Amino acid sequence: MLRYTLNRFKWAIITLWAVITLTFIIMHTIPGNPFAKEGAMPPAVYENLQVHYGLDKPLLTQYGNYLLEVVQFDFGPSLKSSSISVNDYILKGFPVSLHLGAQALVIAIFFGLILGVVASLKRNKWPDYLSMIIAIVGISVPNFILATILINYFAIKWNIFPVATWATWQHTILPSIALSMMPLAFIARLMRTSMLEVMGQDYILTAKAKGLKRSGVIIKHAIRNALLPIITILGILTANIVTGSFIIERIFGIPGMGDMFVKGISNRDYPVILGSTIVYSAVLILLIFIVDIAYTLIDPRIKVTGEKK
Amino acid sequence: MKKSKFSVLALLMAIMLMLAACNGGSKETSNEKEGGSGDSSGSKVLNVNNSSEPGSLHPANAQGTHESWILEHTFEGLTKKTEEGKIVPGSAESWEISEDGLTWTFKLKDGLKWSNGDPLTANDFEYAWKYALKPETAADYAYQLYYLKGGEAYNSKKGKEEDVGVKATDEHTLVVTLEQPTPYFLDLTSFYTFYPINKKVQEENPKWALDAKTHVSNGPFKLTEWKHKESLKIEKNENYYDKDKIKLDAVNFALIEDENTAWQMYQSGELDIAYPLPVDVQGQLVNSGDKEFKNGAELAVYYYNFNTEVKPFNNAKVRKALSMAINRKEITENVAQGGQKPAFGVVPPGIPDATGDFQENTGDLFEENAAEAKKLLKEGLAEEGMKELPEFSILYNTLDSHKKIAEAVQGMWRDNLGVEVTLENAEFQVKLDREKAGDFEISRAGWVGDYVDPMTFMLWETDGAYNDAGWSNKEYDSLLKEAKSTMEPKERMTALHKAEEVMIEEMPILPVYFYTKPYMVKSNVTGVYAPINAYPNFIYADKK
Repeated sequence: MLRYTLNRFKWAIITLWAVITLTFIIMHTIPGNPFAKEGAMPPAVYENLQVHYGLDKPLLTQYGNYLLEVVQFDFGPSLKSSSISVNDYILKGFPVSLHLGAQALVIAIFFGLILGVVASLKRNKWPDYLSMIIAIVGISVPNFILATILINYFAIKWNIFPVATWATWQHTILPSIALSMMPLAFIARLMRTSMLEVMGQDYILTAKAKGLKRSGVIIKHAIRNALLPIITILGILTANIVTGSFIIERIFGIPGMGDMFVKGISNRDYPVILGSTIVYSAVLILLIFIVDIAYTLIDPRIKVTGEKK
Repeated sequence: MKKSKFSVLALLMAIMLMLAACNGGSKETSNEKEGGSGDSSGSKVLNVNNSSEPGSLHPANAQGTHESWILEHTFEGLTKKTEEGKIVPGSAESWEISEDGLTWTFKLKDGLKWSNGDPLTANDFEYAWKYALKPETAADYAYQLYYLKGGEAYNSKKGKEEDVGVKATDEHTLVVTLEQPTPYFLDLTSFYTFYPINKKVQEENPKWALDAKTHVSNGPFKLTEWKHKESLKIEKNENYYDKDKIKLDAVNFALIEDENTAWQMYQSGELDIAYPLPVDVQGQLVNSGDKEFKNGAELAVYYYNFNTEVKPFNNAKVRKALSMAINRKEITENVAQGGQKPAFGVVPPGIPDATGDFQENTGDLFEENAAEAKKLLKEGLAEEGMKELPEFSILYNTLDSHKKIAEAVQGMWRDNLGVEVTLENAEFQVKLDREKAGDFEISRAGWVGDYVDPMTFMLWETDGAYNDAGWSNKEYDSLLKEAKSTMEPKERMTALHKAEEVMIEEMPILPVYFYTKPYMVKSNVTGVYAPINAYPNFIYADKK
């Protein structure tokens, strides 16, 4: 297990390095200049900015310097904002994005599982149809539309929650719901399919034949086994939620990392693009890593021999 | 068994509540931000939205509107502007201009203080301007100080700091020497790059502007709280000389980027001012007669660049034909929908002429006429040895409103001239790059004037920094030169009127409309006004 973990860790680092290098190359190849403005900037002003941010040096030197800084967890300054460094951006924004994502995920898992289980147990009856209608709405209605609807009713018309910003726990409810609908629907559908499959398995029939209570069979045998595919996708789902809340963060004025990435790209703010890419990649790599380990723990059939293949 | 089922449910619910509680516990309550005056103590607090995190609240490093709105309320330059746009003394009490227009002597008011209580002297102005020009500062707007003698030389490392034309001769006197006569220099002194900075504070702590605790300013308000990416707060500055006229106790700035969200916050009462407004909301409000709706003038023009170095757009007749074949009124009323004014010139209304308003005196410099346009297009193409327009596109930066306008223009050219144009969108930075490289046929552009003078819209000088059309005309150049050489208003304005006429006659750009500044103010808020070249100002606002 230790060897497996260490090996996976090594590959995680290599992947991260590859991401940094590729992003660095792409960033300097795409058209657009961080200092471009309407009208040409006087050459002296442009030159001063280049010198100030070290962009006058050869690309290889810039790359080397950047790697050295990253190793020391220094992601540099933002080219567009001297008031906040990339480190500040991350330290401030990441916990917020993580909080929003975690809250959305808890809602998604909790209600998604309930809907999926209920749908499978009441197959082709109204609870099934209702659950699946909710699931279809969750998947097909984009979260920014849902967010607008939620704001319109819960904030403006009924005045139950505030419209936007991230000051109190009330502020977190609407964005969490908006963000959770898609994964909730996804989990519900997957859980339903998985449950139906498991419920038809021989060991369930055996358990029933042995005279076990229906609720016991469902909870102890069916749900537990049906959870496996959910756990498999949970890593990616978590990463998607934590890193994919750009629009929700923007609509609700949440000071997370979402806008940092989007604005970084549109402003050609190199340190911001690199910093956010590194954080997002690290989150993804970490979650995939955790899921791999969790998988081996949950399903004893999967052994940690994969690395020898 | 049932018990365990419920315990799982209970556990999950508990986790959710814990997550919610964790967040809520550490933060302040929302009462302060929501509705009314907000504060239980009865103090007057205005709630506005700044659209984005300010890049810097240091006058030398600020780059645009997200900074300027806050700086304009926390700092004050030598001059300031009234609601009517009149330039009045700010930190300066009076000034004298030498006959040749090159030497300006400002006398500062007595007893001026910084928000930390330090005395403010002319040295702080000299220091600030030179600091912005220092190459190591790498200030974006350093070129705003190129009007000073030796300013450009110092910024481009060709000159010395001591040769820059600004000198505090004593604590109250600032002597400014300019490179050339600049009648609008007074206007510039109210711009944020010309604000003073506290020399002592800057030298002791170069990072003073990054934190509300160390931020020091000289304006009606002072920065007291800055939660990065969330909000910031300014409070009345007790050390401001005119503090008795300031009625607000504090202003909260939310930092919400999404215009729709900000608008919803205004509707729910969480904001007192909504600016900018979403385009479709503007459309609904313009003719609604809503008492909270205001539509101020804006010092800006929306236009299309022709790449005059590409055939057949090198031909003035072709350019004029395209310009005459669109219906600007239809665009402003049905597409832009912000009460904008169709542009038949390039200088927007609201700029004083020698007498009256410059734009009103100019009138319309051309007409829309589809039949005439068709004829001109044919002639122009023939002159270039062409029968029809080759494939060409309108390049615009990705934004829904630009797309809609481009689509409208596309349709009008199709209907009126039988011409097909494709639309091409690009990110803003990419569009700028392509314009600089001349890699376009027609590109969308806009220009917001830096100061209230027609000169700020005279962008098409040969090799001028903003001349993306690549147009060159000797008469235009010499008229601008003439205007720059004199301080005599009538002579200047005549030259500038002529220059605008010459430019529009050849039409290297296609003017579309003059911007407006639509915004909403709650009816219990008074004293908010929108200067032509700034965001709505609430220095003297009051809230009931």
